[in-house]
Amino acid sequence: MATTTAPTKRAAPVGAGAYTMQGRRRQALIAWLFALPFVLFFGIFMLLPLVSSFVMSFTDFRSSDVQNPLNVDLVGLGQYAALFENPQFRQSMLNTAYFVVVGIPLTMAVALALAVALNSGITRFRTAFRVGFYTPVVTSIVAVAVVWRFILQDTGLLNQALTWVGVVGPDWLNSTTWAMPSLIVLTTWRNMGTLVIIFLAGLQNVPVELQEAAFVDGANAWQRFRRITLPILRPTLLLGAVLLSVAYLQFFEEAFVMTQGGPLDSTLSVTYFTYDQFGFGEYGFASAASYVLFVAIVLLSLVQFRAFRSLD
Amino acid sequence: MALTERPPRSHGFMYVALTTAVLLTLVPFLWMLLGSFKTQSELLRDPTGWLPTSPTFQNYRSWLTDLGFGHYFRNSLIVAGFTVIGNLLFCSMVGYVLAKMSFPGKRLLFGLVLTTLMVPGVVTFVPLFVLVSKLRLVDTYPALILPFLVTPLGVFLMRQFMLGIPDSLIEAARMDGAGEIRIFARIVMPLCGPPLATLAILTFLSSWNNFLWPLVAAQSDSRYTLPVALSLYSTGQNATDYGLLLAGSVLTITPIIVLFVFLQRFFVQGVAGTGIK
Repeated sequence: MATTTAPTKRAAPVGAGAYTMQGRRRQALIAWLFALPFVLFFGIFMLLPLVSSFVMSFTDFRSSDVQNPLNVDLVGLGQYAALFENPQFRQSMLNTAYFVVVGIPLTMAVALALAVALNSGITRFRTAFRVGFYTPVVTSIVAVAVVWRFILQDTGLLNQALTWVGVVGPDWLNSTTWAMPSLIVLTTWRNMGTLVIIFLAGLQNVPVELQEAAFVDGANAWQRFRRITLPILRPTLLLGAVLLSVAYLQFFEEAFVMTQGGPLDSTLSVTYFTYDQFGFGEYGFASAASYVLFVAIVLLSLVQFRAFRSLD
Repeated sequence: MALTERPPRSHGFMYVALTTAVLLTLVPFLWMLLGSFKTQSELLRDPTGWLPTSPTFQNYRSWLTDLGFGHYFRNSLIVAGFTVIGNLLFCSMVGYVLAKMSFPGKRLLFGLVLTTLMVPGVVTFVPLFVLVSKLRLVDTYPALILPFLVTPLGVFLMRQFMLGIPDSLIEAARMDGAGEIRIFARIVMPLCGPPLATLAILTFLSSWNNFLWPLVAAQSDSRYTLPVALSLYSTGQNATDYGLLLAGSVLTITPIIVLFVFLQRFFVQGVAGTGIK
């Protein structure tokens, strides 16, 4: 993101001794000493697992090999080949794609509508509204799953509300058709608050004078939104899309606590598949699946950067 | 100006729309709260009811006595506490040198931090578990804390803020003969209140709500955190005792909601800041 190119204002060392050879060496030593605790924990608990996972994905490592890793054989791309032939994995990729393709636009649209409403010049209760929309973000998924299962059950609140408009709702979480849409709505509910705040910050960048000028020129609200607000908001929208895609491609917890991936694998995501394989002790296979997901996340982020850039 | 002459009608509509949206958003919490005071039989008899017909504290009493809520709460607090302290201290230290010093390997270090921001948790999950088992740490507090003791996001946050601290301030302290630790602790850190608050909140939040790793790494009742305990109750033999589960949910989310309402300004700063800056 923009950060890699952020100007490091006068990164040159300060202080009298810094320009001598000895001073520079001393500063390097001090710097690495400061960085040491981070480097240690980051190296052991992030980089090491990241590399091991990559290596493992080319082996037949199983849980039984943990005590004796020398039994492990290299299998090249064997795990990856097996992965793409596995019907359950292919199903999980389709499910994840479904979740992402519907979930991201839905969450962005809802959050954008709420942010624009909050930014429309209302003065009272702004904080209360913002707190309300953000509350689902801070709450544990395990806790909210309990009440959502209750709401979505056959005889639950949602179906009761639907009968008022004459609709007989399905048993949401036990239907192969409706389980995924239910989880998408739940996830939207849990994530829109974050985007509302990000979008609100972005909307502050839209100059009021520009809006007023367009208003004087006779542009209606939709035209002003479409021609002024949206273009200025584009970097913010990109940021929201990237954050969401990194999160939504990892879709797992909602399915884990609500449907256990069912019914009939209809909510089984790639992360869920990986977790299952880990549970079966198929560590090499699980690692391969996780790297497929990693690549997908990087690719989708790059595509989004391209797409948003090319609009300029 | 022109905009101020617009009829107030549009604002009235906005208030109605926003109020409806907020109420819809909060319905699950309201229903959770009301349901936690109901008996099992009432919840089964009337699964869409709102007000409890004969409110009972029995669900809460069970959690606070037999089910050991205090114990899980303490575990969650210990894990979150150490995770927050580690992040505040270590991420600021490395953030400081990345922002204010030049040394060989700096670009590589920062590059690694940025790259790992996008790594999905599941990629490191398996080797992390193997590592923790090898270190014989399964079912210990360190297993729940160490993997989260430093985060790339924390480093990023601290570095970005520290870039804005004037070099002249640090230079002046050096001229006066202050050592690096002293400069860091006495000059730089006191200026870093806002990002430290943000980092503390974000870390506490993700640790408190963290679920998957503790589910795997904590294997006995003595180390379960709140979400793990709640999830095991909701799939175990109590799975159908809805009143109990709803009360457990209320108890799990109340601390974080209270914290959020009091510190919401910092939450907002944090979310807007990590994204935009």
